Amino acid sequence: MKPKLSPLAGGLLACAALVAVLAVADAALHDLLAQNPFGAPKPAQAAEPEASGIIGWILAKQSEFYRQMSSTIRAAKSDGSAVWTLLFISFAYGIFHAAGPGHGKAVIASYLVANRETARRGIALSFASALMQSLVAILIVGISAWVLNATAKTMCKAEGAIEIASYGLIALFGLRLVWVKGRTFIGALQAAQPVPALAGVPHDHDHGHHHHHDAHDHHDHGHDHHRHDHAHAQAHVQARAHHGHDHVHDEHCGHSHGPAPSELAGPGGWRRGFAAILTVGIRPCSGAILVLVFALAQGLFWAGIAATFLMGLGTAITVAAIAVVAVSAKDIAARLSAGRDGGGALFMRGIELGAACVVLLFGAGLLLGYIAAERTTCF
Amino acid sequence: MGMRALFGMLLAAGLSLAASAASAHPHVWITATSELLYAADGTITGVRHAWTFDDMFSAYAVQGLESKTKGAYTREELGPLAQTNVESLKEYAYFTFARADGKKERFQEPVDYFLDYKDTVLTLHFTLPLKNPVKPRQLVLEVFDRSFFIDFQMAKDNPVKLVGAPAGCQTKLDRPNDGSATAQKLNEQTFLNGENSNFGMMFANKITVDCP
Repeated sequence: MKPKLSPLAGGLLACAALVAVLAVADAALHDLLAQNPFGAPKPAQAAEPEASGIIGWILAKQSEFYRQMSSTIRAAKSDGSAVWTLLFISFAYGIFHAAGPGHGKAVIASYLVANRETARRGIALSFASALMQSLVAILIVGISAWVLNATAKTMCKAEGAIEIASYGLIALFGLRLVWVKGRTFIGALQAAQPVPALAGVPHDHDHGHHHHHDAHDHHDHGHDHHRHDHAHAQAHVQARAHHGHDHVHDEHCGHSHGPAPSELAGPGGWRRGFAAILTVGIRPCSGAILVLVFALAQGLFWAGIAATFLMGLGTAITVAAIAVVAVSAKDIAARLSAGRDGGGALFMRGIELGAACVVLLFGAGLLLGYIAAERTTCF
Repeated sequence: MGMRALFGMLLAAGLSLAASAASAHPHVWITATSELLYAADGTITGVRHAWTFDDMFSAYAVQGLESKTKGAYTREELGPLAQTNVESLKEYAYFTFARADGKKERFQEPVDYFLDYKDTVLTLHFTLPLKNPVKPRQLVLEVFDRSFFIDFQMAKDNPVKLVGAPAGCQTKLDRPNDGSATAQKLNEQTFLNGENSNFGMMFANKITVDCP
């Protein structure tokens, strides 16, 4: 046993995880490319090979399907069966579109990781937010172009306003997640050696009860914690079974019980999920707007609406798959860390905080124009 | 430790999938032709572009515009839209980047701009005068959107024209999809020379004009 090392190592690893998460986020930010043509030049090595790899293939497929849409809508004017082709193309476009860039899935995946959500809820959130995205696109074009016959310029301004609002929402949402997760993380830091039973493995009662090097002396709020660090050496043994940890009781740690009803209905359950849906879903896809306006110009608005819903369905499937991957990766991490003494819980809190940071970074990046994931078509 | 490293990697994998190493993707396609304008003494004074938008974006752009004849738009009716276009393009440096003998050149605001609408697509015509007319041995002109929201393709026929150029000037066009390996290499060299060069070369159209 090396009880003294564990909290330290856990802390270090949590920091490493945070750095890793931030690095991934940062890479994503860079890849999304700043839109300012006079932005700081990248180093020469930054000529990413992505255009030729899987991403390149996705981009090519996506463009291919998208470009077929206009001709298919035209064809549908005289040949009703072309509508089926249109629906298929839209669906395929949605799948590839979501597999490519876009902040929606990053926000959803990060949110799921930060909030210890289940895969099932991840899927539900993906579908709900994609549905909302489709509805917003249809409403924008339906009201502004169809009812008011507004110009592209006006429509674009509306789109731009919604865009700013959605980026603001992401940033706010991220800020709230960081606040909540940051506090939890600090709590975990203070209780640097949590009891495994508390770390959410209720089936393992015979494990890890023997050597608790408690850190309860870190409870004096507002004082310099580092000053007390050597208190660990005293190896206080104390069973602090049921106090001090607010959030541990609802932890899943890889056990796929599915969401408990109380969890979904309880405070912050669906309401919290709704915030995620709103945050992601309020921003319509530029592609959907273009398709809808084009369909309207062809006198086939309903075909555009159908295409938009199919695009949304395709998008939802991809985002749901990514959400499941993210949740599974986190569940595996949780399962591995739960079996260990020491910094496991702290590590997980660090990951959650990192995921919360990703949401905040995306929001801030989009808001400040650092990322141009999908530029509104205003020109 | 090994386990932790493992799940750290798993998590990183999950998150990078989530963030999905994104690059942008086009929603607008432009087929471009470009003319290089020369003065009588052989200096280059500017670039004249004609950019034809795809029909989806064209339909979007003319949405809600008044026209005397349904489905047809005159140059005058499209005047305000053309003005909006060139004003908005300023933010993106007109997606046009010039280097004369390796030195970056800048453009003034566009002149002689207008839109026409033919066969359901819009074409934007505009001239970009160089801030300082130049007479280089080699001029490199790149047309691309570094965020790849707009996919620029040079036209199949007569993509580049030299208007009033001295005799003996050679034009070369590197398209993004064909042997762009050499274009890539050249650009890294240019970068090493220390001048600000453009990146996002993957989708760039590169016009090189060598004059004796």
